[in-house]
Amino acid sequence: MTQTANKADFPAVDLQNLVSQLAGILPQDSILHEQEDLRPYECDGLSSYRQLPLVAVLPDSVGQVQKIMRLCYSLGLPIVARGAGTGLSGGALPYAKGVLLSLAKFSKIIEIDKDVCIARVQPGVRNLAISQAVDHLGLYYAPDPSSQIACTIGGNVAENSGGVHCLKYGLTVHNIQQIKIVTIEGDLITVGGGGLDSPGYDLLALMTGSEGMLAVIVEVTVKLLPKPQRVQALLAAFDDVMNAGKAVGNIISAGIIPAGLEMMDRLAIKAAEDFVHAGYPADAEAILICELDGAETEVTEQTDAVRDILNNSGATEVRVAKDEQERVNFWKGRKNAFPAVGRISPDYYCMDGTIPRKSLPLVLQSMADMSVKYGLAVANVFHAGDGNLHPLILFDASIAGELEKAEEFGGKILELCIRVGGTITGEHGVGTEKLNQMCVQYKSTELSQFHAVKAAFDHKGLLNPGKAVPTLHRCAEFGAMHVHNGELPYPELERF
Amino acid sequence: MGLKNDISEQLQNRVRLAIEKGEALRIIAGGSKGFYGRDVSGSELSVTQHQGIISYQPSELVITARAGTPIKVIENALSENAQMLAFEPPAFGERATIGGTVACNFSGPRRAYSGAARDYVLGTKIINGKAEILTFGGEVMKNVAGYDVSRLMAGAMGTLGVLLEISLKIVPKPEAETTVMLNLGSEEALLKLQQWASQPLPVSGSCFYQNTLYVRLSGAEKAVREMRQFIGGELLKNADYFWHSVKEQRHDFFKNDQALWRISLASNTPILSLDGNTLYEWGGALRWLKTDLPAQPLRKFSESINGHATLFRTSGKRDEIFQPLPKHLLQLHRKLKQAFDPHGIFNIGRMYQEY
Ligand SMILES: Cc1cc2nc3c(=O)[nH]c(=O)nc-3n(C[C@H](O)[C@H](O)[C@H](O)COP(=O)(O)OP(=O)(O)OC[C@H]3O[C@@H](n4cnc5c(N)ncnc54)[C@H](O)[C@@H]3O)c2cc1C
Repeated sequence: MTQTANKADFPAVDLQNLVSQLAGILPQDSILHEQEDLRPYECDGLSSYRQLPLVAVLPDSVGQVQKIMRLCYSLGLPIVARGAGTGLSGGALPYAKGVLLSLAKFSKIIEIDKDVCIARVQPGVRNLAISQAVDHLGLYYAPDPSSQIACTIGGNVAENSGGVHCLKYGLTVHNIQQIKIVTIEGDLITVGGGGLDSPGYDLLALMTGSEGMLAVIVEVTVKLLPKPQRVQALLAAFDDVMNAGKAVGNIISAGIIPAGLEMMDRLAIKAAEDFVHAGYPADAEAILICELDGAETEVTEQTDAVRDILNNSGATEVRVAKDEQERVNFWKGRKNAFPAVGRISPDYYCMDGTIPRKSLPLVLQSMADMSVKYGLAVANVFHAGDGNLHPLILFDASIAGELEKAEEFGGKILELCIRVGGTITGEHGVGTEKLNQMCVQYKSTELSQFHAVKAAFDHKGLLNPGKAVPTLHRCAEFGAMHVHNGELPYPELERF
Repeated sequence: MGLKNDISEQLQNRVRLAIEKGEALRIIAGGSKGFYGRDVSGSELSVTQHQGIISYQPSELVITARAGTPIKVIENALSENAQMLAFEPPAFGERATIGGTVACNFSGPRRAYSGAARDYVLGTKIINGKAEILTFGGEVMKNVAGYDVSRLMAGAMGTLGVLLEISLKIVPKPEAETTVMLNLGSEEALLKLQQWASQPLPVSGSCFYQNTLYVRLSGAEKAVREMRQFIGGELLKNADYFWHSVKEQRHDFFKNDQALWRISLASNTPILSLDGNTLYEWGGALRWLKTDLPAQPLRKFSESINGHATLFRTSGKRDEIFQPLPKHLLQLHRKLKQAFDPHGIFNIGRMYQEY
């Protein structure tokens, strides 16, 4: 177990007393406080951080959530919201002396309006369940995180999650229209509205990606899109990763925005191939999967154009999916890349930096160099179209010091992302994991502004304490230098 | 480009001085949007001189410019590379700047089909109310490090800080574009728009006025041609001129002294039984109303359908322009204003009287 962000800086409460107060709000079986009952909540998808909460509650109505929040507010008790717990940054990690609020029972789709193309759903509804529920209407919900069979829409809003189709259709923030939130004081507030905009500040944007720090999301109205007439996928192999990187830029420069544009490097290809036998070219240094969608004729034209671009960019092989089966096969390896890497290494650590596309060759080269330096292999799987990298650092936690080494390596990758003008997290969030790198990405005045925003919603600091935004004290301890747009304070020092 | 157009330090010093003197500031750039919002007093803080495109690499699909850069300069630069701002902002005047446009979150006909200004904001540099220069977001497509302060700036009308720089995602221009007209009654037109919205059609603009439904199609040459046949109707000549006149409010509909209301609501809301003349946009989700009706019933009605009404232009008093906010929401707004502008110096009262 790595260090947790938790410190005992809130007043201690008596468990029995708390449970009896909660029993006035919820049925007994919705209040968990025995160790074995709390175990499922001790971590999210980043399992190197673990912590049991004092108590977990599973409300099933907004009224109950409001009462729980009011109780916590009056007792000064920390509260951590949790969707499906698939987060990869320790965002839903419980607070030792606090309440874990599970939204699991909020799993109803409240309303589907096919005329306006929206669905109003409870926060615990799974991402994929929305698309499944509107499939018969020819509609779907566009953001599609790889975890979509499990993750909740509330968690998606809290993380501003993306997926392989975000290049063309945007992130969660672009695909929601209204949310309902409960503040720490127990007030129910509607943010957004029935139209395409709403009066006042854009709190919908502010809430999206706020990692459970500002309020609890209790309802989400998502926008639905009509399914495209035709979807076509291409797969290209390259004997040089740099050429694959250039091909990405060439496609975009040609004025084509693919629905998805994904890259995998040699190690990731091999792992995926061994796992799902997708038929990837085994000797390739990199592959690109490009998906085009839209009107029949448009897709036909673009497919020809992309095929030419890939060939002219040095692809050693370009395949155009003949049918739906082959298209699904192209994706099979990509979609199973994480578990596939999980098979070839006892542990892996998934990073999530985003960089300007033009820096791709430099960053790939630097990561390869660092991989040698740290003696840890890296498999690369990424949303190449929008520059969002997912380097997977392979390590073995049972070997003393390897986890720490992997974490340090990961931290260096993120700092490199900042240095080239990118960011430490494209879609997984800061959570508990990337607090130190926040000190590098932001100046203390900027972090203070974030804290002021937090205080505007939650002046007692009870919601998900210690996550997402580091204290200035922590940054001082970490001793990080803020670097911005490559303007390194000491250019002669430490270069990758 | 170049440093001589970077006046951020002067602006910062001016904000510092205002804090010392307890003086309110009225932020202004091109002045093209002075008609919009509540009246504001205070000393003028002009960002007009803070100009220039800082970075633009077409293959990155991002442009970063200083807030005082005229929209026209940006649009011209993009156009040279067959790119554009996807939200098709109305300028409301030659001198309109990118800062003012983002501050108002103004978006044109394409909004219903490809998103608003706020959807394309990737990063901002601002001066907050403590005279600190802060950078949020960046030039990359995906960034969830820290709260999304950049998008919060879009539509905040300068009440939370002075915009210094803005990074926007840009898109390629469509290969082909065409506009057709259909002769229809209003109910029929709304129904058509709704049906099209739930089908994968390359619609990029819609407007209904006086029994004519105007539909713009954008995309690949062939796809547009096919869609034209599917939709039917008559081809509109001078289509660019038409959409420009709607976007910039130069169309005949906008030409009289009556107050202009902007009602934003769900696209399937039936025809409003309100006195006045209506022009529809955004697939029915935006209704411009020319009317002499008082604010009260309009606001009440809008609220009842989960929409909102803005008094967009008026020759009368400009005391209540935006839909009043419910109590708890207003309270949050006040606290956020306090978080960014603790001394209360920026554009006080531009949106709501309280802050
Ligand atoms: C195999 C795998 C693949 C993944 N692929 C992707 C991907 O492609 N793209 C991507 O973006 N992410 C991906 N993720 C990360 C993760 O699935 C997303 O972050 C997801 O949105 C988390 O949803 P959740 O319901 O599991 O939230 P949780 O993990 O339970 O919580 C995440 C955060 O949101 C907060 N939260 C949850 N619900 C609420 C609520 N109702 N109100 C307020 N705050 C709340 C929590 O406090 C926490 O901070 C992947 C994860 C895994 C394990």
